[in-house]
Amino acid sequence: MRTTIKTTLLVSLSMAAGLAFAQTATDDIAKYRAMIADGNPAELYEAAGEDLWSKPMGPKNASLEKCDLGKGPGVVKGASAELPRYFKDTNKVQDLESRLITCMEKLQGYNAKEIIDAGFEKGKRKDLEAVVAYVVTHSKGMKINVPNKHPKEKAMYAMGEKAFFFQGGPMDFSCASCHAEDGKRIRLQDLPNITEQKGAALGYGHWPAYRVSSGNFWTMQRRLNDCYRQQRFPEPIYTSDITVTLSVYMGVKANGGEMNTPGLKR
Amino acid sequence: MKKLQLLASSALFVVATSTAMAQSAFDKAHTASVKENGIAKMDRLDRDETQIFCSSLEAISGKGDPKKREAIEKANMATIKQPSDGKYLGDWKEGEKIAQSGRGATWSDKAGVPNGGGCYNCHQINKKEISHGNIGPSLWNYAKLRGNSDAIVQYTWGKIYNSKAYNACSNMPRMGHYKLLTEQQMRDVMALLMDPESPVNQ
Repeated sequence: MRTTIKTTLLVSLSMAAGLAFAQTATDDIAKYRAMIADGNPAELYEAAGEDLWSKPMGPKNASLEKCDLGKGPGVVKGASAELPRYFKDTNKVQDLESRLITCMEKLQGYNAKEIIDAGFEKGKRKDLEAVVAYVVTHSKGMKINVPNKHPKEKAMYAMGEKAFFFQGGPMDFSCASCHAEDGKRIRLQDLPNITEQKGAALGYGHWPAYRVSSGNFWTMQRRLNDCYRQQRFPEPIYTSDITVTLSVYMGVKANGGEMNTPGLKR
Repeated sequence: MKKLQLLASSALFVVATSTAMAQSAFDKAHTASVKENGIAKMDRLDRDETQIFCSSLEAISGKGDPKKREAIEKANMATIKQPSDGKYLGDWKEGEKIAQSGRGATWSDKAGVPNGGGCYNCHQINKKEISHGNIGPSLWNYAKLRGNSDAIVQYTWGKIYNSKAYNACSNMPRMGHYKLLTEQQMRDVMALLMDPESPVNQ
């Protein structure tokens, strides 16, 4: 009897210890978040982006102030909470980054291909990323409301769902390998279940984000790029159709959730 | 990428092929949206029958046509090769290093560098390592709980070699089948799980 109690105590104690450890690691991230909640380093990018938005630049010496992100020329407030969406002028469903490329090309005269071929944080892509930080800050606290009405939006959603479950590569991975069940972790990193609204909002509503482990600001395109890397897939082309379809799928799933952008991530 | 060469039935093949054809518009867009980078070539989007079947929420949730699941498991079972010299257990210390490393096969990895097993990403193994995932079951006290009969040893080897032989849409990579780990690396991981001296079995 005594031994049983002792063993039970020992087992529950060691379980508690294990739990305490696991919680400490998660807690530390939470503490860090709380500590810098009033000062997300993404603010530096946001400030740079605000300047870039209103500064006349490029071959056409124009600013981005007439850029239509879906809510009319120049409207930034709430724009990213409703992206990706269908745009009549390009006849395409575009996410924030592909739309900004359109504006930089049409309004300012920059070469779209150069931005697409540049790496992250390189050339004009770096400016675009700062503008992303600026734009998404103006949807903070708003409801995610990604449209899924236009036939092209519906087609992109269906394709995004296929892309999400597409399993391939030498490790048989898909997005769903990590993001289709509740309560799962890789090491100590919590994984949102993106196939359901709550998890989708946890993922979609917190990207783009300042990423603590790499010490820089990551757009959604960059986050998706890294998912593809870890899936052992070939590299997605910047703003390519498949990347936009995945944002449509996640965004529509997340509808009703809150935008907490720019987020603060591990 | 090496495809499954053995198909349990021609019916399975026909169904899978027609699914692939129905998805060709998607596949076209997918292929046009990515580019090869380093060791991550375009053929990584070529899926075998198992991957095609497991590309849905239904299938990865353990549902879908049970006959098809069975056929996929049978075909994967047929790929498993037992160790060439009949030795299943290597060095558990090496096994621990392999279990810790999640490196390998991404476009930022170099060819020729040995892969890790990435085991701790998803499994608890040695309890001392608190940074472990939970996508797979705990492997703590693996052999202490299951014993080390020939049947368990061979099952464990098979599970590491090709997990889809036991569960058509297991989340676990097919370490031997896709040559992610060498035979010796698999022996070392086996030792981590099976060796009575391994900290896992204390």
